[in-house]
Amino acid sequence: MAKVLRSKEMNKCLGCFTCMSVCSVINEKDHSLIKSSIKIRTTGGMTSRFISVVCLGCVEPACMEVCPTNALTKRKGGGVVLNQKKCIGCRLCQPACIVRAVNFDEDTAKPIICRHCGTCARFCPHDCLQMIEVEEVSDDVK
Amino acid sequence: MLNEKFIRVLNVDLENGKLEIEEREDLMLYLGGVGIATKLLQENYRSDLPPLAPEQPVIFAIGAGAYIFPVLTKTVAMFVSPLTGELGESYAGGRLAMTLLMAGFDAIVITGKAKKQSFLSITDHNAEIIDARAMWGLPIGEVGRHVRDRVMHEGRSAGKRSIIRIGQAGENEVAFACVCVDSYRHFGRLGLGACLGSKNIKAISVFGNRSLPVMNQKKYFKAYQQIYKKCTTTDMMAKYHDAGTPINVLPLNKAGGLPSYNLQAASFEAADKICGDSFAEKNLVRKVACTGCPVGCIHIGMYRREFDKGHEYEAISVPYDYELIFALGTFIGVDDTDSILTLINEVEEYGLDAMSAGVCLGWVTEALDKGFITTEETIVDLKFGQVENYAEAIKHMSLGTNQFYKDLGKGTRYAAAKYGGEEFAMQIAGNEMAGYHTGYGSLVGSAVGVRHSHLDNGGYSYDQSMKEFDEDKLIDMLYEEEYERCMTNSLVMCLFARKVYDRETILDALNAIGWELTDEDLTKIGKRIFQAKLQVKKAMGFNQKAVKLPKRFFETPSMTGKLDEETAYRIIQKYTKKTDALLEEIF
Repeated sequence: MAKVLRSKEMNKCLGCFTCMSVCSVINEKDHSLIKSSIKIRTTGGMTSRFISVVCLGCVEPACMEVCPTNALTKRKGGGVVLNQKKCIGCRLCQPACIVRAVNFDEDTAKPIICRHCGTCARFCPHDCLQMIEVEEVSDDVK
Repeated sequence: MLNEKFIRVLNVDLENGKLEIEEREDLMLYLGGVGIATKLLQENYRSDLPPLAPEQPVIFAIGAGAYIFPVLTKTVAMFVSPLTGELGESYAGGRLAMTLLMAGFDAIVITGKAKKQSFLSITDHNAEIIDARAMWGLPIGEVGRHVRDRVMHEGRSAGKRSIIRIGQAGENEVAFACVCVDSYRHFGRLGLGACLGSKNIKAISVFGNRSLPVMNQKKYFKAYQQIYKKCTTTDMMAKYHDAGTPINVLPLNKAGGLPSYNLQAASFEAADKICGDSFAEKNLVRKVACTGCPVGCIHIGMYRREFDKGHEYEAISVPYDYELIFALGTFIGVDDTDSILTLINEVEEYGLDAMSAGVCLGWVTEALDKGFITTEETIVDLKFGQVENYAEAIKHMSLGTNQFYKDLGKGTRYAAAKYGGEEFAMQIAGNEMAGYHTGYGSLVGSAVGVRHSHLDNGGYSYDQSMKEFDEDKLIDMLYEEEYERCMTNSLVMCLFARKVYDRETILDALNAIGWELTDEDLTKIGKRIFQAKLQVKKAMGFNQKAVKLPKRFFETPSMTGKLDEETAYRIIQKYTKKTDALLEEIF
């Protein structure tokens, strides 16, 4: 079965940012947090709670629908897959995402798209992030 | 600098508003963190001027491997301490190390005094001295919010910035004023807050967003994973996350090493009411971590405060730790968790080092009781356990309300020398004692430690683990641990992780990011830094043999029995021979 990332228990979050570090390192070969596709942030400084901004793995992805070059296609289980070669860096996918989970890499001029690879969940020390099994979605929109 | 063969230093001249960036290859010999900070202090401090002269430098430095390996989360600050008059060295976690790395600086050297009361904004593109006169006088929490709002409006998102700031104690140059880092962490000891206050700097924000490529992903991530695993799946770090450092209250109390009532006693009858489990049951609402630490040892306690009649309440949350429970609890006879959190909140908002503040209040309480001073000086009556009056005294201490509180603001040593009661003024070489009366290790360890902190050489830990007291073994241990920590503080690791980062692990980590070091190199680096610190101390006029220890240390039996004054001084003499020899060595 396909899996998608879910950040269901953010009440447990310590704010250690390990998920962001390992995401950047594994997916973008970079130490910088800006390269991470998952973002942990506060809602008003350190005294407020931590929230996550990450791809929700939409079955009907709005980011994909606005892509003018079909660089984004449906991922099995939800979310999208980016074809770097087809992407022209127009940024239309960014505002299309209602939860603002599409980040942009200024160095490569391409969006940073969560692959639901599960690295962040594997290194979350407090089990805030989990990989959940889901029904596979047919790829007919493609 | 990560991926480079040089150390990148930002020099900020507040007097002339000038910036300069240096790429220093020569500093690589000192690895990073405390090593490079010591050298930069040595190059920049002025032995002919007092600690708070505008020319004196304040240095911040991050370690080799900072943030990119688990638990290498701290930043070191070095300065001339207004409390001891010599080497100032303090550590803080939070987000500062990560943001400095992402801003592209290994070290920042701040000199001069800003023309107006200001905040310093450091980014990967610029550093600006910004007029912040309106913030002068504001408590620490509020300053953080204002700086945060401003930084946010400039489009710099949360999570990638760090904000450090001082309270009124720092503004008023109280010699043990602290600097708050990202709400919950502090450069606590030795008065960095006064140094920033004397430079007209209320806050510093650091924001970094640059890209930082991983050079050898396979090697790096292998080393990373091994360390991460040790931190999260072994019991090496478990206690720090569980009940946290307050877990030490009960064992230390039982063993008779918990300083209480201005060290009139070394155990506290109500210890079980203020132990780790009591805080966890009554007040603990949250745990958080420094950036890059999967452990999460920061324990946040909440208490309810009635701010007005008619059932008017607010909830206040503050971080708590063992040392604060000792200083603002047992040391001044405060025996319930809410009261301790109340006092922690006071020192937080005014920006005082909680440890020095509590120990200082211990002396005031006893000096008042013994008639060295009267309520004319103290304004409020102070008796062990009186929380409301202690809260008032903390305010007076921070504001320097009268001459007595101004004197107190110069530290316990200074105040006791002026008003009397030096034999029970519980400081060691000018730094107020830590929460351990465990034996010669804790006492002599702090006396000979470079910054007179229990963490210089961990002597208190020797007291707790040794089977039979051996003077020479203690001396060797203190000496070896001192240079070992000079090396580990060049990474700058959180000391809680010292078991995780054994020599082999350190070499694996550093060599995975481009260093080519051997075990022997690490020893040399440690000794080289230790030597540089001793040189700085000597030039600052510190004389180890002139340190006088308060009599109380030898009257109240410690965890390992009553300490003998002559023995303590003999150990210091012997130890000094070793450091004198180190000063002659060539590396």
